Amino acid sequence: MYISVRDRPARDGDGRSARQRVAGTVVLLGIVSLLTDISSESVNAILPIYITSVLGMSALSYGFVDGIYQGVSALVRIAGGWWADRSDRPKPVAVLGYGLSMLSRIALLPAHGLASITSVITVDRLGKGLRTAPRDALISSASAPESLGRAFGTHRAMDTFGALVGPLMAFWILILLPANYHAIFVTSFGFAVLGVAVLLLFVPDLRPRRSLAPAESAVTTSLANTVDTSVVESSPSRPTLRLLLDPKLGRLCMAAGILGLVTIGDGFLYLQLSERDSLATKFFPLLYVGTNFAYLALAIPLGHLSDKIGRKRVFLGGNVALLAAYGAAGGPIDGAAMTVVCLLLLGTYYAATDGVLAAIAGQSVPLEVRASGIATAQTVVALARFGSSLCFGLLWTTLGRTEALTITSVAFVVVFPVSFWLLRSASAAQPASITSDKEESGR
Amino acid sequence: MTTRVRLLILTVVVLLTVGGTVGYLWKQHRDDEEAKKHVAPITEISMQALEKAPRIVFRNMNPATSYGAVGAVAVADPAGPRAILKTQCDRVYATAQRLLCLSSDRGLTTTYDAEVLDIHGLSSQLQLPLAGIPSRARLSRDGAMVATTSFAQGDSYAATSFSTRTVITQIKGTNYGSLEDFRLIHQGNVITPVDRNYWGVTFASDNKTFYVTAEWAQHTWLARGDLATRTITTLHEDAECPSLSPDGKHIVFKQRGDLPTGKWRLVSYDIASAKVTPLAETHSVDDQVEWLDNNTVIYGLSRTGAGAAVSDVWQVPANGTGEPKVLIPQAFSPAVVR
Repeated sequence: MYISVRDRPARDGDGRSARQRVAGTVVLLGIVSLLTDISSESVNAILPIYITSVLGMSALSYGFVDGIYQGVSALVRIAGGWWADRSDRPKPVAVLGYGLSMLSRIALLPAHGLASITSVITVDRLGKGLRTAPRDALISSASAPESLGRAFGTHRAMDTFGALVGPLMAFWILILLPANYHAIFVTSFGFAVLGVAVLLLFVPDLRPRRSLAPAESAVTTSLANTVDTSVVESSPSRPTLRLLLDPKLGRLCMAAGILGLVTIGDGFLYLQLSERDSLATKFFPLLYVGTNFAYLALAIPLGHLSDKIGRKRVFLGGNVALLAAYGAAGGPIDGAAMTVVCLLLLGTYYAATDGVLAAIAGQSVPLEVRASGIATAQTVVALARFGSSLCFGLLWTTLGRTEALTITSVAFVVVFPVSFWLLRSASAAQPASITSDKEESGR
Repeated sequence: MTTRVRLLILTVVVLLTVGGTVGYLWKQHRDDEEAKKHVAPITEISMQALEKAPRIVFRNMNPATSYGAVGAVAVADPAGPRAILKTQCDRVYATAQRLLCLSSDRGLTTTYDAEVLDIHGLSSQLQLPLAGIPSRARLSRDGAMVATTSFAQGDSYAATSFSTRTVITQIKGTNYGSLEDFRLIHQGNVITPVDRNYWGVTFASDNKTFYVTAEWAQHTWLARGDLATRTITTLHEDAECPSLSPDGKHIVFKQRGDLPTGKWRLVSYDIASAKVTPLAETHSVDDQVEWLDNNTVIYGLSRTGAGAAVSDVWQVPANGTGEPKVLIPQAFSPAVVR
């Protein structure tokens, strides 16, 4: 059967040959994400207009709980990862996450007040928080360690493709049915149902921990989704907090976290571009699309590159691209060409860091706590970025935008070597980190 | 489950989902077409025919004819024949000389425009950038000054919230820029709350003074602005979307009072005595009212239920007496041209 044969190239006899294909499970998860992103981005594209048209001036009160939301979302993400690890079943946790977002689409139909719209959107975001780590753990488990970068790149590219199609679909529906936002919610729900269906029916219920068991048959049986209790005894230990407190993960989180603290949100950079370039003002929302195109185009090549030359190098390189994007947005040259360069650099940053960080995180911790490890790294970055946007917003309003950009760039230059050193020392602690999973599986 | 069974289930799910969604969209489309057939068509006349007498310019909301286009009726016959222009606007304001039109262009992404046009909507006199979703539009009485308010996203600390961007421009002359760069004076002190928002400008006849909503820390204020000194001074708490009467004596604004978020009551504020009088309108109004004359205000109000995409323009006396009634059916964003 297609899944059991091609799913785990690393465990096949000749799986370590030079030509590594992206596992079927990764492509399936890519399809799930593609459908889900069409669903969520079609709604996100019209959500501001919908909220302002339904709530009128009270839209100003919308989102004031963002700080609380960020905190809760961080907790949910880690809980999702931990739950996936403890149960050794990432798939059902992911299903719950995708399912919550799916239900939130249809719940938008009767939501008409500030409180109800805010809660529905919150449920959607919580679903997103819950599913990310288990899904990334599934990608990790299904892929050979040496092609993990490409696997994540493929997944993120498909995901981003959905994010580009979603707004187009919303646009098309509004041409057919002017001002009929409910039609978009219903269609979005439809795509979400398809995504959940593919996930439920075709993505294998991988048991990362149990599959460490020596018996080869265990892999096959777990993939076939049947319970075989005889293997449980030989499974590695249950995940503990001690396993998660691996110094490698700590260094990675510190390295990525301090970079997150000097990461300026896209929105601020786009504002900066639109202040300087009149074309960018007119096409302000298109700036997001431009970045996404660059991300889509570069996710697979950069993921592949990270397999070849090392993930930490590509991750650090991506952050250099981000610093270059600050230069493009705030430097002496302005105009349309600089806007395009800035978007390309931002896309490069995302392509080189988002999937790659998940790949590194999944490899930095013992397999038993892989989902928690990925969740921890992603949460640290998210919280650091939120803190950064608070600081940057304050700098922007009190000192001015160019000054804020300059200060952040200087801070970036200061912390980058620290991050570089932290990642280097993480590698030095165990040089084989990239292939550790393979070694474990071979023991 | 074998792969065949899974594929079979997926096929069924795909057929049901796609069929259901397409069917829903098709039914909505059919319902729209059907509804249009039952709408009384409007009688059209030319703008030239209306130009001689006082008139009301608005956004036409008749679903069957030029929905969203700029329309106009005679003040003497508000429910009568209307002139319809080709110009499409989300918000419109007008004076005897010109139109101010805030619009959104849907595409791969949505972009927003503010444009000043001649009264027939034929030639563009000024293009202004608009930061986000159109919200409020005003011209000064003589049409020399433009004020726009839009909802901007992503320039607050947290990306999922909204803020307003209000910009004042002199058509031939100074661009005063965003009001956030003006000095805000509250109880005698200059303050700079980082979360300040301004919206809903109304101009006084000297073209120097204006009134506007100022908001920070979840509290709104009626404020008086001065374009010469670039200052904004707060006057009265709990006031949004002020509108100054033609004689300059009263301001009608919407007030929250102890109503829940998203509900407002229209009140009249006497500038000389600072006395506040609630108007007879008991519906929640989320609009910047327009003065029909020194005694009456008009405003847009959405229909509820199935007709939610349609608004009507209502009128109510500005002194708290009388009761509200529909002035122009299927219309929104009114501007009185005297």
